[in-house]
Amino acid sequence: MKKTWWKILASFLVVYATIAGLLLGVPHLAILNETIRNLYFHVPMWFAMMVLFSISVFYSVRSLSTKSEIDDLKAVESVNTGIIFGFLGLITGAIWAKFTWGQFWSFDPKQNFAAISILLYFAYLILRNAIDEEQKRAKLSAIYNIFAFPMMVVLLFVLPRLKDSLHPGNGGNPGFNSYDLDSRMRMVFYPACLGWILIGYWVYTIRFRIRTIENKEQHIRD
Amino acid sequence: MKKILFSLILLISTMQLFAQDNGVEMADALRSNGKIYVVVICIVVILVGLLVYLFSLDKRLKKIEKRNDV
Repeated sequence: MKKTWWKILASFLVVYATIAGLLLGVPHLAILNETIRNLYFHVPMWFAMMVLFSISVFYSVRSLSTKSEIDDLKAVESVNTGIIFGFLGLITGAIWAKFTWGQFWSFDPKQNFAAISILLYFAYLILRNAIDEEQKRAKLSAIYNIFAFPMMVVLLFVLPRLKDSLHPGNGGNPGFNSYDLDSRMRMVFYPACLGWILIGYWVYTIRFRIRTIENKEQHIRD
Repeated sequence: MKKILFSLILLISTMQLFAQDNGVEMADALRSNGKIYVVVICIVVILVGLLVYLFSLDKRLKKIEKRNDV
């Protein structure tokens, strides 16, 4: 993936999603009004985070068998990037909640569990920093990451559905898919998701490449 | 007769109005006077600026990688 075409594609997609997301027609819904357009910006953040954390757990599993330092670095850098997108998702969600639910943080199950899942990944980074020995750090953090990933999936997609939540797709609340996400919105929503996932992946590759160089310099110094 | 016709016309015209936007308030004024485009242009300028910056960072990194033989 060292080529440029997918980076250009990603840029094109996010610019398209921004313009079309602001200008194309949306269903007229009470309470939501124009904020329905947030769907094109808030949700792709979480999709990008999910993809990055999936990449991370993939490399964590691989690093356990290959014992390769590169896999370990890939795992940590995708978590680093994923957390950024998770934070953006939380903040945009809170802003959206302020104007539709009434409060930035109403201790809604979805909000709480999303925050906890971000904390899970903070714990991953702290765990890494706490261990000096490289082999041990790679092994322990990989195992932690393999446990953290299903926890995050459960926190984001299972537990909020068992409680009453204001967030679409939870409790008695139908998701946007059922009737709100009409064909006009799909034309913007899917490109937006793909675009932001690719941007997330791009940022991750940049972080990983910087880390590789830093790592090499450190090895020369040692 | 005139009154009935008049009220019927009024009724039909309001029905059409409801069919268009079912009474939910949207940013129609912002659209009709074209001010939404100002917002779109600003957001796109910021986004494109950040993307160009990302490309330039990528390029710089590529140079450093070449020097370091990664």
